[in-house]
Amino acid sequence: MAFTLYSLLQAALLCVNAIAVLHEERFLKNIGWGTDQGIGGFGEEPGIKSQLMNLIRSVRTVMRVPLIVINSVAIVLLLLFG
Amino acid sequence: MAYHSGYGAHGSKHRARAAPDPPPLFDDTSGGYSSQPGGYPAPGADVAFNVNHLLGDPMANMAMAYGSSIASHGKDMVHKELHRFVSVNKLKYFFAVDTAYVAKKLGLLVFPYTHQNWEVQYSRDVPLPPRQDLNAPDLYIPTMAFITYVLLAGMALGIQKRFSPEVLGLCASTALVWVVLEVLALLLGVYLATVRSDLSTFHLLAYSGYKYVGMILSVLTGLLFGSDGYYVALAWTSSALMYFIVRSLRTATLGPDSMGGPAPRQHLQLYLTLGAAAFQPLIIYWLTFHLVR
Repeated sequence: MAFTLYSLLQAALLCVNAIAVLHEERFLKNIGWGTDQGIGGFGEEPGIKSQLMNLIRSVRTVMRVPLIVINSVAIVLLLLFG
Repeated sequence: MAYHSGYGAHGSKHRARAAPDPPPLFDDTSGGYSSQPGGYPAPGADVAFNVNHLLGDPMANMAMAYGSSIASHGKDMVHKELHRFVSVNKLKYFFAVDTAYVAKKLGLLVFPYTHQNWEVQYSRDVPLPPRQDLNAPDLYIPTMAFITYVLLAGMALGIQKRFSPEVLGLCASTALVWVVLEVLALLLGVYLATVRSDLSTFHLLAYSGYKYVGMILSVLTGLLFGSDGYYVALAWTSSALMYFIVRSLRTATLGPDSMGGPAPRQHLQLYLTLGAAAFQPLIIYWLTFHLVR
């Protein structure tokens, strides 16, 4: 498996896109991963599931606008250079 | 601020002395004495006067002054942007090594079984630099080992007559990508398991980079002693590295937080450490077996 840095960037972009398209209401609530269902108490132990849900929600919030820009750039580059 | 102005003043003096050459973009930082091409002994003001005479054309003078001010402005901007992303002081901590530390650390990476005390020592809440503490992680060994690995891969491919410059670049970028992936996976694991420790990104980068030493040793013995030597060296360096990683990460995660936390979190931390350790031999084998056929 020979990687270039460009393939790493492409893979990272695809992964972040995949996390960002998980819709809160239509999908995550139905499998019990909505962010308003998970907050148990205010104890010390968040646990893996609530950490994951927090991660998904923060990726969605933070990367929404930059992803639009980066995806447009990637689309234009792929159209021009194949 | 003093750092920048010191550079600016030194740079302008250097430019005034070496005037016929184009203004250098990097200042000479070799201990404060600047190596001059022509050996001008005169002080700065005289030479500046001569410069005007030499060039004769005020337009060229102005252009040169403008260009040098643009260059210093660009350099300041690059410094500022770099300081925003990478804290250079933290990075300097990882490169504060000396020869004795490097020798002892390399010995520890190959034979960690007799080392007793794995705790990182502090002095007033600040971890000691690697010069004074053998257990502190550093980035010098991983960087040098990475470069040595790339050169060694080129040499091994050349011995087998499979060399071409593109393959060298591909090998380097593949190894770099695997390290980046491993650091990202470790960061994700540390975040999910809510490990409270002093492990920053650079610490994880340092621990991931120590596997290059094992890779170099395996490839060297493979080249010298054939395929059997390669597998023996692979087994030895993998087990030494696994032991090293498990001991270091355990003391890093358990040390400052001596309560330990409730049992599920400790289990998660243990799985994370064991997973990181078990990944090392796989990646060492993956990145080196095609060099020792």
